Amino acid sequence: MGEDADTKNINNSFLPDYVTEADVISTVEFSHRGDLLATGDKGGRVSHEPDFDYLKSLEIEEKINKIRWIPQHNAARFLLSTNDKTIKLWKVPVLKPTDLMVEVSPRRIFANGHTYHVNSISVNSDCETYLSADDLRINLWHLDITDRCFNIVDIKPANMEDLTEVITAAEFHPQHCNLFIYSSSKGTLRLCDMRASALCDQHSKLFEEPEDPGNRSFFSEIVSSISDVRFSHSGRYLLTRDYLTVKVWDLNMERGPIETYQVHDYLRSKLCSLYENDCIFDKFECSWNGTDSVIMTGAYNNFFRMFDRETGRGVTLEAARETGKAHAVLRTRRVRAGGKRRKDQVTVDSLDFTKKILHMAWHPTDNIIAIAATNNLYIFQDKVSYDIQ
Amino acid sequence: MSEEIEETKNIEETTTDERKEMEDKVISPEKAEEAKLKARYPHLGSKPGGSDLLRKRLQKGQKYFDSGDYNMAKAKMKNKQLPTATAEKTEITGDHIPTPQDLPQRKPSLVASKLAG
Repeated sequence: MGEDADTKNINNSFLPDYVTEADVISTVEFSHRGDLLATGDKGGRVSHEPDFDYLKSLEIEEKINKIRWIPQHNAARFLLSTNDKTIKLWKVPVLKPTDLMVEVSPRRIFANGHTYHVNSISVNSDCETYLSADDLRINLWHLDITDRCFNIVDIKPANMEDLTEVITAAEFHPQHCNLFIYSSSKGTLRLCDMRASALCDQHSKLFEEPEDPGNRSFFSEIVSSISDVRFSHSGRYLLTRDYLTVKVWDLNMERGPIETYQVHDYLRSKLCSLYENDCIFDKFECSWNGTDSVIMTGAYNNFFRMFDRETGRGVTLEAARETGKAHAVLRTRRVRAGGKRRKDQVTVDSLDFTKKILHMAWHPTDNIIAIAATNNLYIFQDKVSYDIQ
Repeated sequence: MSEEIEETKNIEETTTDERKEMEDKVISPEKAEEAKLKARYPHLGSKPGGSDLLRKRLQKGQKYFDSGDYNMAKAKMKNKQLPTATAEKTEITGDHIPTPQDLPQRKPSLVASKLAG
């Protein structure tokens, strides 16, 4: 993993594109106890070498899409990672006190399970199985068995002309090993029970917010596509991210979310250009804090948002190094839709849409967050936690 | 004289149209953006989430015909009997011999492809 990510600050105009592209961090994940942080990047570091499917000359993208830790049972530490096609199991060596970073070593390769691009992996609470999801299918694997898997969801239509939605994310329930959720490009969530049947094409619950027909526009379906879904630590709620909002759902209520937070509503008047430059298809992740009281998600201009569920209030922060001091306190930012710009405000027109915070992770117990901003990794800590040290 | 009257009428109509447009913008910035998009791309289909867009999403990434691979796969086929695979499995991975006809058209630029159909 080369240089310290914190000091690396590659200026696009001075370096050839391929160097910058490979350094872009594509996934971040804390371990269950929060003592380790894993990152994957577009160059396939942490794991993958670019490989070729020899019979089809299809170049498989190295970019690591997701990393998930395996809950620790003995001294050994393992994590799962996936690129577009292949899932790998890695062993993490025991850290010495002087180690800042360690090299993981590959232990198992789970190949050829997916025809389409893998978007999610999720380790089951039974610690023996995990699921992997691509655009049309979800597979169930055993961590010890690499040469076969079970297909548990298949939404591929007989005729591809009839395709109306794709799977965008999937996750196992944190406590109930038989339950998993998956989200779609149409903004729906489906809870499936593996005890109900072997093939979970029929859902146990379908979560969908009714659409307001008066508000429907060309962009409605595209912005409703769910890019990420996460169970709360309690297992009682779901957090989803679509293009403009984050929503909290109660597992017991299918008819709509219980909370909706606007991430960057000012983009509604920019949808035409965001469609033209493909930004409208950006896939943002979202995250819960350890007590499920605060939720977090990324935005543009290296901004990210946090919402306090108790007060309903949101704050905008910027993933950037405050000039000078290393431990400066982050100032809150404000985006102004129009009119006269006040000090400390950023106008919508000046937002940098190439600076997107897509990937992030919240420490499982402490108020420490990891934010991937293109090729930089920022670690932010709550002031109280910092003072206690 | 009649010309004058017509002119007045036209002005009134325009004001109503403008007012409606302003109302639309106030009510729904999304609808205003949609109008902008359709003005730029008049042939844009009415179903944005339709199968065309999704299929292009699924096909992300270039695929090439490689004669070396073609010959390698042919040689492999000669040596062993392949188990029957389901039709869609041979589509992308597996021991299917790629031929030029199998590979989809080179993906055009994304903006153009969104406009097709």
